[in-house]
Amino acid sequence: MQHIDSLRQQILDAASSGRPLRIRGGGSKDWYGGPLAGDILDTRQLSGIIDYEPTELVITARSGTPLVEIEAALAEQHQMLAFEPPHFGAGATLGGVLAAGLAGPRRASSGGVRDFVLGAVLMDGRGEVLSFGGQVMKNVAGYDVSRLLAGSMGSLGLTLQHSVKVLPRPVREATLRFAMSEIDAIAQLNLWGGQPLPISASCWVGGVLTVRLSGAGAAVDAAVRSFGGEQLEAPAANAFWASLREQTHDFFRQGGSLWRLSVPSITGALVLEGAQMIEWGGAQRWLKVPGPSSAARAGAIRASVRAAGGHATLFRRADNDDGDAPVFEPLAPAIARIHTRLKAAFDPANIFNPGRMF
Amino acid sequence: MSASIAPDPVRRQQVAAALRAALPERVVLSDPEDTRPYECDGLAAYRQLPMVVCLPESEAQILTILGICREMKVPIVPRGAGTGLSGGALPIHDGVVISTARLNRIVRMEPASRTAVVQPGVRNLAISEAAAVHGLYYAPDPSSQIACTIGGNVAENSGGVHCLKYGLTVHNVLRVRVATIEGEIIELGSEALDAPGLDLLAVFIGSEGMLGIVTEVTVKLVPKPAAARVIMASFGDVVTGGNAVAKVIAAGIIPAGLEMMDRTSARMVEPFVKAGYDIDAAAILLCEADGTALEVEEEIAHMRSVLESAGASAIAVSQSDAERMRFWSGRKNAFPAAGRISPDYYCMDGTIPRKRLAEVLTGIELMETTYGLRCANVFHAGDGNLHPLILFDANQPGEFERAEAFGAAILALCVEVGGTITGEHGVGMEKIDSMCVQFTRAELDAFFAVKRAFDVPFLLNPNKAIPTLNRCAEFGKMKVSGGVLPFAGLPRF
Repeated sequence: MQHIDSLRQQILDAASSGRPLRIRGGGSKDWYGGPLAGDILDTRQLSGIIDYEPTELVITARSGTPLVEIEAALAEQHQMLAFEPPHFGAGATLGGVLAAGLAGPRRASSGGVRDFVLGAVLMDGRGEVLSFGGQVMKNVAGYDVSRLLAGSMGSLGLTLQHSVKVLPRPVREATLRFAMSEIDAIAQLNLWGGQPLPISASCWVGGVLTVRLSGAGAAVDAAVRSFGGEQLEAPAANAFWASLREQTHDFFRQGGSLWRLSVPSITGALVLEGAQMIEWGGAQRWLKVPGPSSAARAGAIRASVRAAGGHATLFRRADNDDGDAPVFEPLAPAIARIHTRLKAAFDPANIFNPGRMF
Repeated sequence: MSASIAPDPVRRQQVAAALRAALPERVVLSDPEDTRPYECDGLAAYRQLPMVVCLPESEAQILTILGICREMKVPIVPRGAGTGLSGGALPIHDGVVISTARLNRIVRMEPASRTAVVQPGVRNLAISEAAAVHGLYYAPDPSSQIACTIGGNVAENSGGVHCLKYGLTVHNVLRVRVATIEGEIIELGSEALDAPGLDLLAVFIGSEGMLGIVTEVTVKLVPKPAAARVIMASFGDVVTGGNAVAKVIAAGIIPAGLEMMDRTSARMVEPFVKAGYDIDAAAILLCEADGTALEVEEEIAHMRSVLESAGASAIAVSQSDAERMRFWSGRKNAFPAAGRISPDYYCMDGTIPRKRLAEVLTGIELMETTYGLRCANVFHAGDGNLHPLILFDANQPGEFERAEAFGAAILALCVEVGGTITGEHGVGMEKIDSMCVQFTRAELDAFFAVKRAFDVPFLLNPNKAIPTLNRCAEFGKMKVSGGVLPFAGLPRF
């Protein structure tokens, strides 16, 4: 309670002085999004699992709880956060995961961060504590503000706690590898996607398609037999999927700026300058572009991704890149107006993470 | 029940004339004989004759209607098939109902990307029927799926018996195209897995027609499992049944369906469907596995051993698809069966943490005595969504009022144990007072602010779902936060 009061005081002080606040957990994703501004509002004092009932498939924890603590508690019960969130650093917190809204390799089969959100408690720009959603699976009382908060980059307020749906870990997993061209890989992934197969992750990079199968023993074994390909040993397979999730794979170590292209899975090979990696059954493409990210270059990338029905994010700028390209896809004017009104409703003094997302 | 108000004939004439001047004759209904069928939705106890009904045939016509209503300050109530159970499509006496009935075309079926683009008036089941040739289907299956529309599903965030494994509407809709009250077309979500900016799609789904009019929806289709089997297990008491559900989940199984019925429900449906239910059991659990044939065998064996060790008194496993459908038929026909044994029934929709089930069922049993009415319980056990069916006879003086009070007491109990007043039917008009029990003033204000972000003139289904301060004061209940009564100075009755 004492923490809550001091956080409220910081918010009220910021609102009256007009000095912005930069909501921060472990700082593992400081590099993501627009420029950082304001005094740090540290969430790590809000730490700890409040309630975890494995048979209810729900965990509730304070927003500054380290992600490693959550994952360890779940692993003990053979459960997991099915959206496989990236940590991007030792200090990642649950609140940071929810605010960034980033999911890992399992996204296409299991769902994204927002799909597992059940409830959140928010402190808004007036210091009011608001509770949305709850700890139950189905809840349609009031608008689903807790899901709106997922991926909102702290723009609407300080979350105090989150309730998230968890799932059992799959009984069996197997990872298979195939030599394949980009075009064939996109076609194959979409073909598999239309069949009842236990594919839980996929990645094409450098002429190799890697697929992970997860589920009941019989289903995985049968798929392994029918797919063929080269099977990876479990330690190598786990290391590979972790290197995608944490972006430590060689692909991400190349110099240049990293773009995240979110497109319909059936989008053909995108002809763009730079190297590409495909994930999520074709729905997420990574693009590594050498050199700085100028607005003109960003505009060209965005135009080509938009034509495919998707959008592009300047995920990580190159080192020493002082290019002027905006991080996120510009919003349509009517959508931008709704954003402005929502922001004004929850954060009337415009103090929370201004410019980080919009 | 709210009192019905007769639409003002002069105003009706003015609004209908303005609409008719801009739209084909067949799109606008204003004669009470034509508008009477729209006076209620699935919650038939609440009725209100609308002033005018519009049946647009295109997105352009929707924009025209919205423009005229905005100009003339006429409130709008969107309506799909009218199967909703919370009065969300209840008309407003000086308002226009926009029915999506004529926007019933499947625009594109895209098997390669496992998506379908449909107009809002397309029926839920029609999507799965059209996708079947590709081995695909649309997963959310509310019990009204033969009739209910995808636009209505978006408004209510509808679920069904398979949502523990396959998710709700919010998990299965990729994109909606929306006409705003300001007369613009916006797209929320995308045909990729995410869209830039705040996740407005998540807040739009389940917003009960209060944020915009849906003109097109892209849904996700999923591959049809090759096989499915269901276990029917009997339990001597509901606590053992409830614990068995927890044990199935603890064993790492996510069943494709996990449903429970109490003895009253089983006895109510058995003569009606002849499903072979054990009518002596205190609770019956249906537990379904789907997937490849091998996967289903493995999972059924696993479920069976868990249910046996959890104390099931009898277990039957479906041996054919016909038998599987028969086991399900009772559960799926619980509502009509209630209508068969009782002149009227009132269906509630609370969700609770599953571990509190025994406590809530005991509480409901006590209320049966307090309110002098019977109640049958069916339960989406996997996700804690309880549907108590309160049986009553509206022709007996006072019974409807007692049923409503019984229902409100059940919802208050759901909130007390950490649950919610509605899992999938929506707040609509029916549960608007119970919102005062679940949310604080500041939270309700936040909901109003969300509404205003989309609907500045406050014309879209304006009297539903979110109660005003006055309404909560009249209801005499408001959630108290931290032991401090909000608005302590306000008179209360």
